[in-house]
This record gives sequence, structure tokens and C-alpha cells, in this order.
Amino acid sequence: MIEFRSVTKRFPDGTLAVDDFSLVLPSHKTTVFVGTSGSGKTTLLRMINRMVDPTSGCIEIDGADISTLDPVKLRRGIGYVMQNSGLLPHRKVVDNVATVPMLRGMPKKKARDEALALLDTVGLDRSLAGRYPSQLSGGQQQRVGVARGLAVNPNILLMDEPFGAVDPIVRAELQQELLRLQRELGKTVVFVTHDIDEAFLLGDQVVILRTGGKIAQIGSPAEILANPVDEFVSTFVGADRGKRSLHVENHGDGDVVVDETGRLAGVLVGAPPSLAAAATAPFEPESKAGPQGSGASAQGGDPR
Amino acid sequence: MTWIWSNLDLIWDRTFDHLVLSVPSIVLSFIVALPFGWLAHRYRASRAVILTSVGLLYAIPSLPLFIVLPFIVGTSIRSPLNLIIALTLYGVALMVRVVADGLGAVDRDVRQSATAVGFSGWTVFWQVELPLAGPVLLAGLRVVAVSTVSLATVGAVIGAQSLGSLFTDGIQRGIQAEIIAGIIATVLLALALDGALVLLGRLLMPWTRPSAIGTVSRTSAALAEATP
Amino acid sequence: MIFLSETLAWLGDPAHWVGASGIPTRLAQHLLFTLVTLVVAGAIAVPIGFVIGHTGRGRSVAVATAGAFRAIPTLGLLTLVALWVGIGLNAPFVALTVLAIPPILAGAYTGFEAIDRKIIDAARAVGMSELQILLKVELPLGLPLLIGGLRSATLQVVATATLAAYIADFGLGRYLFEGLRIRDYGEMLGGSVLVIVLAIVLEGVFALVQKLVVPRGVTAGRPTDIRDGSSRSRAVMEPAIEEGNINVHSK
Repeated sequence: MIEFRSVTKRFPDGTLAVDDFSLVLPSHKTTVFVGTSGSGKTTLLRMINRMVDPTSGCIEIDGADISTLDPVKLRRGIGYVMQNSGLLPHRKVVDNVATVPMLRGMPKKKARDEALALLDTVGLDRSLAGRYPSQLSGGQQQRVGVARGLAVNPNILLMDEPFGAVDPIVRAELQQELLRLQRELGKTVVFVTHDIDEAFLLGDQVVILRTGGKIAQIGSPAEILANPVDEFVSTFVGADRGKRSLHVENHGDGDVVVDETGRLAGVLVGAPPSLAAAATAPFEPESKAGPQGSGASAQGGDPR
Repeated sequence: MTWIWSNLDLIWDRTFDHLVLSVPSIVLSFIVALPFGWLAHRYRASRAVILTSVGLLYAIPSLPLFIVLPFIVGTSIRSPLNLIIALTLYGVALMVRVVADGLGAVDRDVRQSATAVGFSGWTVFWQVELPLAGPVLLAGLRVVAVSTVSLATVGAVIGAQSLGSLFTDGIQRGIQAEIIAGIIATVLLALALDGALVLLGRLLMPWTRPSAIGTVSRTSAALAEATP
Repeated sequence: MIFLSETLAWLGDPAHWVGASGIPTRLAQHLLFTLVTLVVAGAIAVPIGFVIGHTGRGRSVAVATAGAFRAIPTLGLLTLVALWVGIGLNAPFVALTVLAIPPILAGAYTGFEAIDRKIIDAARAVGMSELQILLKVELPLGLPLLIGGLRSATLQVVATATLAAYIADFGLGRYLFEGLRIRDYGEMLGGSVLVIVLAIVLEGVFALVQKLVVPRGVTAGRPTDIRDGSSRSRAVMEPAIEEGNINVHSK
């Protein structure tokens, strides 16, 4: 569990990035910070592994105040995946994945073997292990980035717009992979994005931020879609544009779902009439709870 | 200090000698470097050969070149022509790479759209590529100017008169002021030529005048920063 | 061909290959002097360059200094220092060390600067300590440009050491000045050819080393376009004319 307690961050140039922010991020769930640029979402993420230290307030991981921990050690225990993968260009794929375990003192042979296994986990062919990052496609690089993030088998995985730089088709693929991984591993994932669709797809808990790191609304995707608290949120999630307010029309041949502009959105399949209303939340993810006990229970080295 | 005031005539004469050596060299290096740089930019095969050659040429220390050159081209060792040829060679060695890079830095989309709207091969070069490479060429030429002015002083040790003569004369006669005057005059001359090139650039490339934008001018800005 | 015959005659004379003023001795002096100067200049410039590149502080001062030194005539600096400290090896040593610092400094900090900030940020985020970032990320990635700086410093020192024979009795430059003084074409040409060969050999060695130290992954996936070199030029060559690696040395 990660807990923010009245965290404020003011940068030296005076910008107030995060203002009195309090939040609990439950274990084994995916929390998504979503907002436009300047909403402090990346700053919040980077405070969890002390890449940024708060000006005031504190952050606890499983009850321990992280400001008392050595930042380098802390980071080695937390997976981090960033946009453009951030891979070391002069190291082969397998060595990039093995970097952090080797920093923690794992023998090279073992680290490489585990790295190869991780390539399987993220759906990469082992034949790519000997390549350099620049020889991979953007999507492949991003998968290597995820593998590196998982390499120390962390309880926590921080993901900073990891799919922001790949094309939409690859992004959709990577999102599905992440959902699959999360079902298998059950990490505590903190995910930052500016894409509300991505947030609703991946998040168990979605945090919509407004400028200055203020929380606009917290909830499950369904809760937010069903009850946007204000104008800002409903604009942000697109409820006001009508593409998310669907209704059923009878076209003679059967019932179809249509959005506010009359555009066809889909058909109702096998849904009992009482559930038709649920179509207003078409993006509610299927259960991502997964086998929570299997992946992460104790801090540090639990079996993969 | 008194030495400087009583020898202003001498300093002025040597400055003039220095200009006679450096200005033609700078101009010639630009003219000679253009076709070679274009060749290096345009054809992959010639690129390696040309760039390697100018790299080696530039590696040759100046004094041995000043001595060997007359025996190859038939000038007298002390003749200004000998120095001008040598300085031009160094300028070309620097400039060819700059021309190749400058032309290479021209946005491929711009070049293709120029061809698409109907520019023919050579007009694309003269009216699109060359002007757009202008800021990079200017930046390179400024470096050439400063290093040519500095290099020309070396000729003094083989007897070719320039501001460098103030150094050789100064050390033989033990006059510190003469050497310092020579250094200051050389630096000032380099600054003056550099400034003249900047002005020329503004005149010929008015579009770069308001605070430079884009990748090409960013490079020249970095160089301008580096060149005093 | 007076050039060839005189040069070959002088170089072929066995008397010129022995003794205190023989070619091996002078060549050794020239190389040793170059090496010592580079080591001293490197010991000063590399750490400063790393600090500037790593922190980004002091960059404008370094750029301005490097630029100012480009305009200062080496012969002027040599003679001025010689007047201060006297004829002998001290003057060229001081002058050449001073001249060798700016290119090495520029190579060191541009090498660090050229590294994508995101890579360093990611290295920090996954838990590398500052020292590990320096040794495992910045050093290997910045090495090619640092070697480039050493390369232009070396060329400059070799050339200026030749010139330094004007005020000190050492190195291959002596042949040039002695030949000029007594109008011995063979000696001045032979000496010149030796210096030129030395410079070109060193240039070749450095070109090779520079190629070898480029981390493999950095060159491996570079896009290549057979038709013309423009994409390559844009990605690789454009920074080449920034101050750090234009390899200006004032000979």
C-alpha cells in the first residue's frame, strides 16, 4: 500500500506542481493518475521512488516513511517504466533487463537467465536478447522497458506514460499485454497517462487531476462515468460530447446502441433488458483482480 | 606600453600584411570548398574519399606545410602566395565538411517540396539548398576566418611578414610589449573579420535576423556563442 | 624533382639516424613531450569537463574560454611565455598545456551533454547511484567525443611542439629551423616530412581508437539511406559543427 499524506511539491522556480495531496493506493491494484500536462501527475509518480522529494508532507510504503530510506536502494526495489523506454543504448536487450538485478549483486549468469525468462513474460522472442535497443521497434523497446521494470520482481511498478510514444495499434496491443500481466502478477501498479480511455481501460482506481496536483475525482471507472462530480470531470471524460452517453434504438432488425450524435456504437448481445443501462459505461474493465496471492505478498523477493 | 604608441606605424603595416595573407585565403577556401562539399554531400562514394582526405590535410602541421609546399607548387618560400595557398588548403579542409553538413542539414521535406513545385536540379541547389544551408556555412566560415588569422602568424618564422613578425622580432629583441601588441592585434583582427562576416550574413540572409529559429540556425547560434 | 631527391637523400643518410640529434632521439623527444603535455592537460581538463557535462553548470564559461583560445595565436603565446620563463622546455610545456586544455575540455563536456537526458533519468530511476551513472552510462556514451577532443588536442600539440623548437632545442622541429637557417633543403624537407608523417599516423591511430570506443549499440541501429546521406547527416553530422568537435586546432 502506498499512502500520500498532505504532500505538496513546489519547484525551485516557484511552480506549485502538487498541492496538499492525500491518497491511498491499494496494493495489487492499478491506480491511474490522469490529467493534462501541468496536472502534476508525473511529479506524483516520481515522488514514490524519490526521483522528486516533496516540499512538505510524507509518503509511506507499507507503513514506512520513504524519506527515511536510501533513495538508491528504494529505487532498486521499485519497477520503473517510462516513455521512450529509457533503455541504455550501449547495452544489449538482455543486459538492459539484467541491469538492476546485477546492481543488487546478482551473479551475471543468473541475472541473464532470469532476464531471458522475463522476455517470455512480456511476450518478446528470446532471439531479440542479443540486439541493441536501437535495433528494435518502438513497441518492442517498450516491452523491454516493462521487462526491466519487472526484473527485480518488485511489488510496485511505476509506469510514466509508457505507451505514449507508440502508434495506436501497438498501444492497444501493449495495453492488453499489461492487463494480462497484471492478472498474472498482481503488482501494485501506478500508471500515469493523459489518455482517459487508457485510464479507464487499465485502472482499478482512477484519479483525475486538475492543474496544480488537485484531485478532481477519485473512483472506479464506472463510478466516474456514472457520476462525474463537476463540469471539469465530465468534460475530461468526454461525457459532455455525447460519445459516452449511449442509448438503445430499435431498427426493426433488432436493438442497436447509438451515441448522442446518432453514430452506431455497437449492438447489445445477450444482455438482459435490465442491464441495458450499464451500456452507459462501456469501458468498465473486466475483473482484473486476478490471483492476488500468487504474485506479491512480502516486500522484496517473493517467488515469481 | 610606450613601445606600442611609438610603433603604431609598424603595427599597422604588419596588420595590412596580415590582411593580405588572410582575406584571400578565407574567400578562396569558401569558393574551393563549395564544389567539394557538394560532391561529398551528394554522392556516398565520394563522401568517404573527400572527407577522409580533408581530415588528413587538416592534420598536417602548418610549419612543415609552409616549408614543403614551395617545392611542390614552385613558389618562393617567403612569398605571400606560398602562405595564401597553405592557408587556403586549411580553410578548404575545414569548410568542405561544413558545406557537406550544411547541405545535409537542409530539411529533406523542403528539398522535395521544392522539386515538387517545379524547381529544376540546379535551381534547387542555388535557390533552396544553398540559402537554407547559409547559416551553417556562415558559422563554418567564421571559424575558418578566426583560425586563418591565427595560423597566418606562424609564417613569420619562415620570414613571411605578418603580425607574427612582432612575435619573432619581440623575442629576439626581448620586447615583451611587442609580443603582447602582436597577440592583441591578431585577436582584434580575428574579431573584426568575424564581425564583418556576421554583418555580411545579416545582409545576405535577412530571414535569419530575428532571433534565430529552427535547427540550422540553432547550430550557428551555438557557434556564434563559441566564437568571440 | 628536387623535393623527392633531397628529402630521400637526407632521410637515407645513416648519420642522421644516430646520436643526440639523430632522428630516433628527436622523435622520442617529440612524442614524450606530446604525451606529457596531454597527460597534464587531460588531468586538468577531463574532470572539469565531466563536472560541467554532468551538472550543466559553468558551460557558458567553458564555451567562451574555448572560443577565445581559438583566436589566440600559438606563436604569440609561445614567445610570450618564453620571455617570461626563459628559453628552454618550460615555456613550450606551459604554453602547450594551456593550448591543449580547451579541446579536451570541450570534448569531455560535449560528450556528456550529447547524452539523452532521458537515458540518465531512467538510469537514476532504476536505482543507479551517481557514481554508477557516471561510470556505466555517461563515460561509455561520452567517450567517443572525449577521444575526439583528445585527438584534436594531440594534433595541436604535435604541431605546436614543432613550432616550439624555435625557442627550445628539442624535437623534430629543430631540423626545420636548422635547415632554414643554413639553407639545407634536405634537412628542412626531411624534418617536415617526418613531422607530417607523425601527425598523419597519430590522426589515423585516433580515428581507429575513436571508432573502437563508440559503444556498439549506439551505431548498430543507425538508419542508413542508400540514395543519399541526408538522413544520416541530419542525425549525426549536424552536431559536428558545434564548438566541441569541430577539431579546430591552431597548429
